[in-house]
Amino acid sequence: MSDSFVRIEMVPAKAPPLSERGLLKWLRENLFAGPFNTILTLATLYALFLLLRNVIPWLANGVWYADNLQECRDIITAYAGEGATGACWAMIRERWNQFIFGLYPQDLYWRPAVAFVLLFGAIAPVLFPKVPRQMLWLTLFYPAIAFFLIWGGSIWTPIVAMLGFGVMMLAYRVLVGFTGVTVAGVLGVLAAVLWWLFADAAVAEGLARALPIGLESVGSDELGGFLLALVIGVTAIAFSLPLGILLALGRQSDLPVIKMICVGFIELIRGVPLITLLFTASLLLGYFLPSGTNLDTVLRVIILVTFFAAAYLAEVIRGGLAALPRGQYEAADALGLDYWRAQRLIILPQALKISIPAIVSTFINRS
Amino acid sequence: MAEASKMHVSDEVAIQIQDMNKWYGTFHVLRDINMTVRSGERIVICGPSGSGKSTLIRCINRLEEHQQGQIVVDGIELTSDIKNIDKVRSEVGMVFQHFNLFPHLTILENLTLAPIWVRKVPKREAEETAMYFLEKVKIPEQAKKYPGQLSGGQQQRVAIARSLCMKPRIMLFDEPTSALDPEMIKEVLDTMIQLAEEGMTMICVTHEMGFAQAVANRVIFMDQGQIVEQNEPKEFFSNPKSDRTKLFLSQILGH
Repeated sequence: MSDSFVRIEMVPAKAPPLSERGLLKWLRENLFAGPFNTILTLATLYALFLLLRNVIPWLANGVWYADNLQECRDIITAYAGEGATGACWAMIRERWNQFIFGLYPQDLYWRPAVAFVLLFGAIAPVLFPKVPRQMLWLTLFYPAIAFFLIWGGSIWTPIVAMLGFGVMMLAYRVLVGFTGVTVAGVLGVLAAVLWWLFADAAVAEGLARALPIGLESVGSDELGGFLLALVIGVTAIAFSLPLGILLALGRQSDLPVIKMICVGFIELIRGVPLITLLFTASLLLGYFLPSGTNLDTVLRVIILVTFFAAAYLAEVIRGGLAALPRGQYEAADALGLDYWRAQRLIILPQALKISIPAIVSTFINRS
Repeated sequence: MAEASKMHVSDEVAIQIQDMNKWYGTFHVLRDINMTVRSGERIVICGPSGSGKSTLIRCINRLEEHQQGQIVVDGIELTSDIKNIDKVRSEVGMVFQHFNLFPHLTILENLTLAPIWVRKVPKREAEETAMYFLEKVKIPEQAKKYPGQLSGGQQQRVAIARSLCMKPRIMLFDEPTSALDPEMIKEVLDTMIQLAEEGMTMICVTHEMGFAQAVANRVIFMDQGQIVEQNEPKEFFSNPKSDRTKLFLSQILGH
C-alpha cells in the first residue's frame, strides 16, 4: 500500500441538488430558517392582517364632500353604522392648493407648475449621460428661468443677475493666463460680487425702464407649502454642493490664509443652530446694511440654508478626501497634473463617491 | 537576458545632485548626497530599509522636498517654483511599489489621462499611443477593464505603461516588485529589462539583485541616509569594499 495519489482527470462542476435551488430554497432560507425565524414570520403575517383589517374600512368609509367635521362623521355613521371609523378627506379636497402653492394667486398657478416641470428637464442631463448635452444649457439658465416664473416682475432682474456669472467667467478667462487658476478664480468671484453689489440693481432698473417686459410680480410672502419647501430645498442643494467641495478643499489647503478662512466659516456655522442664524440674520442685517436695502425673506433663508448645508457637506467631503490613499495624490503629482486637474480628474471623483451616502443624508437633514 | 555592457551610455548629464540634504523634522534622512546620472544609465539603488533610498528618488521628482543642496533634472533645477516642478514631473516617469493606478478609470483611461490633460495630445492619438505601450507590456486585451480586475503583476505593468505614455526621458522605479507574488515579479522585471535595452535612463530602488547584475551599469548602496558605496555591478557583488556593504550582501545573498 502506498499513500501516493495522482489525479488523472479533473472533476467537472455539477449543478447543486434540488433543495438548494429556486423558490423552495428561498422560502426556507429567508422565512423558515429555524423555529425562531418561523415564529417571527407568522407573527409578522398576523400583524399585517390586523393592520389591514383596520385600515381598509377606514379608507373605504372615507368622505370627500362635507362642510365640517361633524357633518363628515354623521355621513359615516349613516353610511357604515354606529362606531364605524372613516377618513375625512373633505378638508384636504378643499385646501390642497394651499398645501402645494401657499397663498400664491390662483390664476397664476401655471407659472410654478411650468417651473416644476422644467426642473426635471434641468436635472435630467446631470443625472443621465444619455440625455443630449445641449440640455445642459437649460440646467445652466434654469435658476433664472425658475426665478422669473415664480416671482415674476421685470425679466431683466434675473438676466442681469446671471450676467454676474458672466462677469466671473470673463474675469477668470482674462486673468488665468497671468495669475494661475486659484488667484484667477478668487478674483473672478470678487468681480461677480462687485457686479451684484454695485452694478446689478442700476443696470436692471435701466433696462426695465427702456424695455419693460415682465410678468405680474408675486411677493415672497405669498409663497408657501410644497412650493416654498421645494424652492428652498432645490436651491440649497444645488448651491451647497459646489460650495461644500470648495470649503473642503480649502480646509486641506497648504495656503494658511485660505485654510483659516475655510476652517473659521465651517466651525462658525456648525457651532450655531440654524434657527439662531436665521434670527440673527433677520435682526442684524437690518442694522448693518444701509437703510433701504431690503434683502428678501426667502432669499435670506435660501442663503443661510445653503451656507449651513455647505458647512456640513464640507466636513463630509473632507472625510472622503482623507479616506483616499496618499498614493493617489502622489501618482497624480508624478504624472505632472497640476493641483486643480489632479483634484478634478483623480481625487474628487473618488472622494465624492466615498462620501455619497453621507452627502445624501446631509441633504435630507438640512433641506 | 541582455548584456549590460552593450547598452549605450552617453556623456549627457540627465540628473545632477549636489550636496543634497533632507530632514524629516529633526531627523536627518539624506546626508550630503552627490550623484550624477548620465543619459542611458541604469542605476540600481539598494540598502537596508530606512536607509533613505526611496526618499532619494522621490526627491528627484519632488514628491519630497529637499532642504539643502541642488537637484538639477534635465537642465531644470528643482526649487519651490511650481512651473518647474510640473515640467520636471512630465519628463520623469515614476513607478510605485503599490502601483497607484486610478481605480475609478479603465486601464485605457489611466494611460491617456496625463497625455490628454498635461501634454494636450488629441484623444485619438493618446489612445493609439496607449495601445502601443499596452502591447509593449503585453496586456492590450485588458484595455477596457478596471485596475481592480487585474493581477498585481498586470497592474504594475499598466503602471509602467502609464508612465511611458508621457514619453519620459527618465524613469524612476520605487521598489516595483516588492508588493508582488514571486510568479509575477518576473513579468515586471522582463518589462523593465526590455525598457533598459531601449536605452531608457532608469533609477531603480530594488532588492532584485539578479536584475541589478543583468541590467544595471552602476549599483549604489545606501545606509543611514548616505551613499556608502557605488560601483559597477560585477565589482560591487564580487568585491565589495566597505564592511557595511559586505554585511548587507551576505544577508541578502546568503540564502
